[in-house]
Amino acid sequence: MAAGTDSLERTPLYDRHVAAGAKLVPFAGWEMPVQYAGIREEHAAVRERAGVFDVSHMGQIETAGPGAEALLQRLLSNDVARIPERGAQYSVLCDEQGGVLDDLFTYRLAPDRFLTVTNASNHAADLAWFERHASEFEATVRDRLADFAMLAVQGPRARALTAELAEANAGDEAAGRDRRELPRRFFAAAMTIAGVPDVLVCGTGYTGEDGVELLVPPGAAGAVWDAVVGAGADPVGLGARDTLRLEACFHLYGNDLSEDRGPIEAGLGWCCKEATGFVGAEAVRAARTEGTAERLVPFAVTGPGIARQGNPVLGGGVVTSGTLSPTLGYAIGLAYLPVERAQPGTPFEIDVRGKTRTAEVRAKPLIPEER
Amino acid sequence: MAEASYPPDLKYHEEHDWARIDGETATFGITWYAQDQLGEVVFFDPPGVGKSVRRGDPYAEVESVKAVSDVIAPLSGEIVEVNDALAGGPEAINDDPYEGGWMVKVRLSDVSELEALMDAATYQESLTGH
Repeated sequence: MAAGTDSLERTPLYDRHVAAGAKLVPFAGWEMPVQYAGIREEHAAVRERAGVFDVSHMGQIETAGPGAEALLQRLLSNDVARIPERGAQYSVLCDEQGGVLDDLFTYRLAPDRFLTVTNASNHAADLAWFERHASEFEATVRDRLADFAMLAVQGPRARALTAELAEANAGDEAAGRDRRELPRRFFAAAMTIAGVPDVLVCGTGYTGEDGVELLVPPGAAGAVWDAVVGAGADPVGLGARDTLRLEACFHLYGNDLSEDRGPIEAGLGWCCKEATGFVGAEAVRAARTEGTAERLVPFAVTGPGIARQGNPVLGGGVVTSGTLSPTLGYAIGLAYLPVERAQPGTPFEIDVRGKTRTAEVRAKPLIPEER
Repeated sequence: MAEASYPPDLKYHEEHDWARIDGETATFGITWYAQDQLGEVVFFDPPGVGKSVRRGDPYAEVESVKAVSDVIAPLSGEIVEVNDALAGGPEAINDDPYEGGWMVKVRLSDVSELEALMDAATYQESLTGH
């Protein structure tokens, strides 16, 4: 391994990954499991039953205080005022030129307290960006990365399996809430999971399946992991995480999103509310009004070969993500194409290491939503 | 196959390729270690019959779900046959890397190159550094 593994961070679940025979790789400064039983087997487990991912490398930033909502409204592209209490919202973080610095989920934990989940590779820069803007607002910004391990339980059985392990937190039970009722999609609640109190259960995910993400005190991560695996979820690595998200056409920062691309061309105009005046709103409004030269589209390879990140599209454009789809059995991906060739059904060609491969623009998502 | 194995009748190249010598022709493939590193192979892109290969140069590509890798020729020569079964069943490279997962047969142009290859024991020793 070229980078050396000495300087890499390990999650609280590292020993369990080793014991499970995971193949560990460096990822965004962390030593993470890329696969356990095999990418295709793990992928199928999530599509057909349930899988559990260690995503503790992802970061968290807490924003609190009377001006917290105003600060986030300034930073995040979506309309933060519309996040209900315990609700979740997706947005992008833009620079002044409208380039994408990160894409993130934000939870409103209390009226004046928010938790934003960052990508591991961007966490330090996001935190600095939040802190830089915080001085203008009556809000405090706090790095919470070290306070949470994060487990994603995903798949058609994920909710039922997690619910079996869930109890309401002590105070909530008195309030008469169903002890095993998990928060619905895009909502969050603090619950007791496998006897561990104060687990933040979030109705979110990155696979195209139903499920939850669990923010757990690091010292208790092993107990929650063991309970979820014991209840029937297969451990799933970052390899299958990538194939699952790509079939569902979810963006991956560093592949499909970057500072050099704006949210409009990335197909994320739906989470940009320029009227809120967020940093970069003027550039985003201009892109929306005037249009962009290229647009991110899903595609399928129609012959042999697998297109990969960085492969050029003949006549203009570039592949930003590509893999073999375990569900479909053929190669898929995301590519920036000139807008005049971005309609579903449009054939195009990709230069895959010197070989011309045929492809076709597809609609989103690449896998049917009802299967 | 789940367990590592390195048959003693094969010759090994440092880029994790093997050669089975039969007079002036040889069969090439990748080792158990190489397929384990790669993960599940989903695509094998073969070279054309008649093409020349040179020792140490790539002659084909194998792709796992996650990544693509070059396959390096352990010896020089001309390709006389490719394993067509891999087109429809590339997983043989994982399941059976030394038999069903063979990649090409090559008419060797310089049998003296054989001396530079490792035997199974030496190759296995070279892996312990990984």
